[in-house]
Amino acid sequence: MSLLSSLPELEKYLRDGGSGHGRRLGLRYLENGPDWVELALPYSPDQIGDPESGVIASGPILSMMDMATSLSVWLKLGGFRSHATLDLRVDYLRPATPGKTVIGRGECYRITRSIAFVRGQAHDGNPEDPLAHVAGTFMALEGYQ
Amino acid sequence: MRLPPYAELLGLAVDPEDEAMLIMPFGDAVLGRPGFLHGGAISGLMEVAAIVALRHALADEGGGRIKPINVTVDFMRGGRDKPTYGKGIVTRLGTRVANVEASAWQDDPARPIAAARMNYLIARHD
Repeated sequence: MSLLSSLPELEKYLRDGGSGHGRRLGLRYLENGPDWVELALPYSPDQIGDPESGVIASGPILSMMDMATSLSVWLKLGGFRSHATLDLRVDYLRPATPGKTVIGRGECYRITRSIAFVRGQAHDGNPEDPLAHVAGTFMALEGYQ
Repeated sequence: MRLPPYAELLGLAVDPEDEAMLIMPFGDAVLGRPGFLHGGAISGLMEVAAIVALRHALADEGGGRIKPINVTVDFMRGGRDKPTYGKGIVTRLGTRVANVEASAWQDDPARPIAAARMNYLIARHD
């Protein structure tokens, strides 16, 4: 199932999301299911957080996971709703490998009247060897249902 | 203190009057939904501010390498079209682990737009 064909409203978002911070980071859409999305963050020297090792900063990974989990909520809902991240926790399991694209998968596993619960993982080639794990919540000011 | 390339991507500058405070100008590179800062950019500002605070604290004790273990971010208000300030506070500097808090605000430090808590692993130079 293509994200764009399954949710036409998201096409506009992705075009807008293809601007601003997401575009500056070079984020790309990879694939999706009914309640999950995978995005890609290509390696870029201007995202380095530790010049000694060439490892990218943790911030771009958090940004990608925020966007992937946000998109996963709209997929599970089957439509766009205006919402905001309430909180996001990221565990950095290991440094990203310099030179490798980081892939982030966001999943929405529960939606209540006003809160969506999300989780996700990031890896750089082998999903069995994740580099980050996230958990968070979103809130829809006008409700999800 | 030199900031990493990622700080430049966010447009961060050190406040000339407070070397522990960072300023992030509003602009396309940090934009989320139209008119508002991206939550990831606000988090990025706080993560860099936390590392700046930790590096200052570590420098007094001979320095060391810093590895992020985790971060928890609370988003409290939307970030508008104006400069955002970020500052970290080291709440505990242990031998191997540091606990750091950071916040981001625009008009009033008492009305943060976001706050974060981080744990860092430290490999001391000695």
